[in-house]
Amino acid sequence: MEKFTTLEGVAAPMPLVNIDTDMIIPKQFLKTIKRTGLGKNLFDEMRYDAQGQEIPDFVLNQPAYRDAKILIAGDNFGCGSSREHAPWALADFGIRCVISTSFADIFFNNCFKNGILPIVLPQSEVDKLMDDAARGANAVITVDLENQTISGPDGGTISFDVEPFRKHCLLNGLDDIGLTMQKAASIDAFEAQYKTAAPWI
Amino acid sequence: MAKTLYDKIWDAHVVHEADDGTCLLYIDRHLVHEVTSPQAFEGLRLNNRTVRAPDKTIAVPDHNVPTTLDRANGIENPESKIQVDALDKNAKDFGIHYYPVSDVRQGIVHIVGPEQGWTLPGMTVVCGDSHTATHGAFGSLAHGIGTSEVEHVLATQTLIQKKSKNMKVEITGHLRPGVTAKDITMAVIGATGTAGGTGYVIEYCGSAIEDLSMEGRMTVCNMAIEGGARAGLIAPDEKTFAYCMGRPHAPKGAAWEAALTYWKTLKTDEGAHFDKVLTIKGEDIAPLVTWGTSPEDVLPITATVPSPDDYTGGKVEAVRRSLAYMGLTPGQKLSDVAIDTVFIGSCTNGRIEDLREVAAIMKGKKVKDGLRAMIVPGSGLVRAQAEEEGIADILKDAGFEWRMAGCSMCLAMNPDQLSPEERCVSTSNRNFEGRQGRGGRTHLASPAMAAAAAITGRLTDVRELG
Ligand code: SF4
Repeated sequence: MEKFTTLEGVAAPMPLVNIDTDMIIPKQFLKTIKRTGLGKNLFDEMRYDAQGQEIPDFVLNQPAYRDAKILIAGDNFGCGSSREHAPWALADFGIRCVISTSFADIFFNNCFKNGILPIVLPQSEVDKLMDDAARGANAVITVDLENQTISGPDGGTISFDVEPFRKHCLLNGLDDIGLTMQKAASIDAFEAQYKTAAPWI
Repeated sequence: MAKTLYDKIWDAHVVHEADDGTCLLYIDRHLVHEVTSPQAFEGLRLNNRTVRAPDKTIAVPDHNVPTTLDRANGIENPESKIQVDALDKNAKDFGIHYYPVSDVRQGIVHIVGPEQGWTLPGMTVVCGDSHTATHGAFGSLAHGIGTSEVEHVLATQTLIQKKSKNMKVEITGHLRPGVTAKDITMAVIGATGTAGGTGYVIEYCGSAIEDLSMEGRMTVCNMAIEGGARAGLIAPDEKTFAYCMGRPHAPKGAAWEAALTYWKTLKTDEGAHFDKVLTIKGEDIAPLVTWGTSPEDVLPITATVPSPDDYTGGKVEAVRRSLAYMGLTPGQKLSDVAIDTVFIGSCTNGRIEDLREVAAIMKGKKVKDGLRAMIVPGSGLVRAQAEEEGIADILKDAGFEWRMAGCSMCLAMNPDQLSPEERCVSTSNRNFEGRQGRGGRTHLASPAMAAAAAITGRLTDVRELG
């Protein structure tokens, strides 16, 4: 997994609440058997019309945000299906950080597995960042994971929380499976006692 | 200390706990389908890993499969075919249980698991699919995971998890006639919002929940995720045990007795702590429909379409957008909304009891002229049973298309899709924009309400049909 240390970039504002995973990546793109290549279809039905032409009003189609690395989003971002294609599409587009007041549980988890940092902040701070983001390319935002800070274009900084284990994995680009494999002895022991305690399983 | 049902199941599965509370949780059943698994199996191959517990891993294709009667001829869409073929191959290569499209037991993964006795009380069940919550109806801790986690469970039979908080949703009293399990679960989401359950595992309890059959309980737990919860649970009781007994993969003989003794301990202790409690009176729940593009947009069928002005914050814009998308006007009576299509099926309402409910209403009646009406049984066995009971004939005579099992128009990954602006009453679980086809308009409702709409051609209060 790609490491996440500091990220500097333009943030795209998406104030809509309840942006679901069907909006992030509609189901017709779930037929792939690969993890890559989904960026061009990120937000497909909001981004392109029925003829496949870009909808100019959509934020990621505007010149200032075509290379956005951060999303500032409304409440409950990523609700809906468990499709990891949603973070794959974001990452493939180049978005490595999403900031909102709340996230859906499975999406939140999936982000960390793919080098994307989801940050939860209080409404007032999300509002402030949303205003910053509205200034487009003039407003570069820096996210520093090590120090857990976000610096806005005007010099102010905001602190954020992240679980220590998840932070450690992101900073070092660690793969969960390898880490768990190191605990094979505990899994063996669990299975051994389980065979007697609950043989029907 | 008094424990909740969730606490008990959790504690019984902790393999390892780190200082910060991050746990390695043992997984008893891993269900796999074709859409969220190919990348996970690929990851195993790349790293020379095997499936740790193939006997606890069950695969079935459901999302992409055609539901037409001639599907034995193969899958036309090349991409869907690649995914289903990949699952065929992965199941074989890694030696896991498999129900291919040609098998009568094939169906939607969340219907097949319980039907075959894979899902049992007290288990941990995961699947790369958010509606895994369905299995919580058995008093098992069941939730959806992403593809990286699918790979993690395949390789280690464990999942890295932090414990959620406990939430109790109590439905007191009894439901009124015409009101069903689907209305309960929609009423809960209407009350909590789609994020109200975030960070929680919900235990549903109360007399109205106890009244429900296992099928009804699965419907309730299925949509726990639509309220944002990690999982929904219902304590197992005699109905649960009766449902499990004799299923192909349920324990037999002495093992059954041992299991039963354990299962009877699976209930929340007196005085256990819940972090959040929601109580709804069963008598207060009316037949519901959704009007918008989020499952929290529910209203009784007797209501009118709301206005963005009824809301605050980010929801104002979301409602404006929803109404435009749905082609509805504030103040319009919901029961005046004309529809084009009825879809009955999905892991929410594709079980035998759902089909019986529809058949009871359709008996001697017809689907309104010009309406497209489709029934997709949740599994090949549900389909076979409906045929045996004579339900299939009632439904076909009424004018429904009688399909083969699969997810179908619940998410429209196969050819079963809505066209732009086509308006559908659907017994599925999501009314997101484009969910059932680009531009398609979805109204979620119970099977009974969907049947009523099929007869009149508009959103209809099933209680008025008499
Ligand atoms: S029926 Fe719908 S919700 Fe259920 S598993 Fe299939 S696609 Fe998902």
